[in-house]
Amino acid sequence: MTKTITCILCPNGCTITLDTERPEETVTGFSCPQGREYALSELLHPMRTISSTVRITGAAHPRLPVKVNGNIPKELIFKVMREIDKVCVKAPVKCGDVVLPNVLGTGVDITATRDM
Amino acid sequence: MYYNVVVIGGGPAGLAAAEEAARDGAGSVLILERDRELGGILNQCIHSGFGLHYFKEQLTGPEYAQRFIDRLSGTGIDVKTDTMVLNITPDKKIYAVSSKDGYMCIEAGAIVLAMGCRERTRGAISIPGERPSGVFTAGAAQRYLNIEGYMCGKKVLILGSGDIGLIMARRMTLEGAEVKAVVELMPYSNGLKRNIAQCLNDYDIPLYLSHTVTDIRGKTRLEQAVVSEVDEHFVPIPGTETVFDVDTLLLSVGLIPENEVSKTAGVEIDRRTNGAVVSEDMMTGVEGIFACGNVLHVHDLVDFVTHEAEKAGKGAAEYIKNKGVPGGEGRVTRLLNGQFVGYTVPQKVHTERVDKFIEVLFRVKNVVNNAVVLVKAGDDVLMSTKRQQMLPAEMEKLILPKKVFDAAAGRDIEITVVKEDEAK
Repeated sequence: MTKTITCILCPNGCTITLDTERPEETVTGFSCPQGREYALSELLHPMRTISSTVRITGAAHPRLPVKVNGNIPKELIFKVMREIDKVCVKAPVKCGDVVLPNVLGTGVDITATRDM
Repeated sequence: MYYNVVVIGGGPAGLAAAEEAARDGAGSVLILERDRELGGILNQCIHSGFGLHYFKEQLTGPEYAQRFIDRLSGTGIDVKTDTMVLNITPDKKIYAVSSKDGYMCIEAGAIVLAMGCRERTRGAISIPGERPSGVFTAGAAQRYLNIEGYMCGKKVLILGSGDIGLIMARRMTLEGAEVKAVVELMPYSNGLKRNIAQCLNDYDIPLYLSHTVTDIRGKTRLEQAVVSEVDEHFVPIPGTETVFDVDTLLLSVGLIPENEVSKTAGVEIDRRTNGAVVSEDMMTGVEGIFACGNVLHVHDLVDFVTHEAEKAGKGAAEYIKNKGVPGGEGRVTRLLNGQFVGYTVPQKVHTERVDKFIEVLFRVKNVVNNAVVLVKAGDDVLMSTKRQQMLPAEMEKLILPKKVFDAAAGRDIEITVVKEDEAK
């Protein structure tokens, strides 16, 4: 079966097609090696990154923007969101500080994306 | 108070312009920012996807801003936040007000306009119906959610499939809202393909193309939004109405460059871009006043804003160092818009100042497949380049080498797009 995948790695958004039976040999439409890897991984096990905010006290704003600093399995997105919701940090925070390590045992940390 | 270069706006454009001006030896540089902190709209764009061109890595909006803010320290650039510019005069006096400094007049050797843009509202697109609460611009909702920490609704419909609309569809979904659909007037989306994939398809949010909102119902809070299909002239087709029970309607229906103070300075505005008419160094029609970023024309990617702002900052520094326009005005070549071309930036080029090449950014007005971009002077084709697909939503870049201007020999240059079979 032929499958069409839109690459999400960069703004080009390449349309990549592959045969689900023989993906390695049939994958076409990518314009960089990362695109090829993305399409193959999307077929086997889709991964995503997400961003959100956590509560912060003693800062100029009530919310601190955060992100996962690596890929997480797509099916864990909403579970990770629930973990992020439990976090509350105190100012000052530096960009890159870990606010929640190894979220749900994924090996990925939730980190601050700005100073506050 | 006098500064060699004053930058109006401390978002991505203003930050890059100020930094580049200082690096190029402009001397004293001041950034005026109306918000309480630098970074502009990037602060609320907490999603990833910025910086791939400029930093060669994926950053979130706040991270992208943070890098520029960090780079300011040690440059000697002064910053005034919470400061609103009210008026700029053609002789480069800036009148501004803040609660700390009160009313002030700042004289500038050169000015960089970097005020960004604002969102079109319900009024701008005349959606009929009642006037309940619950109708927001997508960017306002983004600010409430990501900076203030308020969810503005639970059952959401989004009008407009530009990137802000798509990003907010995902963001509201992640925070527990039910996003019923994204509705788009045009027969194609105006957002990036990857945002359709990762913001809508990932969460099974339907996209209705060639549809629009034709009625808004609700006494105090929004209760229902009516969506109709439109014909090829964008007229709603009777009998196609679908009623959505929603408490929130987000509008992502276009951006307008904020040029109010540009106009007080006498800067000529291009009605195609709603931004200033500029030359290749980003100088407006008023000598010593430059413009860059979304106040000049609305960009797709912040990376391109940074690149353009650096040109404006460099232009301002050169203007200061040369005590005027380097080499004088000289001969000016206008860039004319041919078939399918909506606008170009710059709109004019100082021919004698072209060193090796200049970059021209432009947008097409329609979707064009198998396109050929022709650069012409009169009937002579000076250059041609193929594009597989051109979309109004995607800004195009064209490099015009010096030899094109030599070949034009003083004639205006037209940029036109034809279909491949017509080109033969």
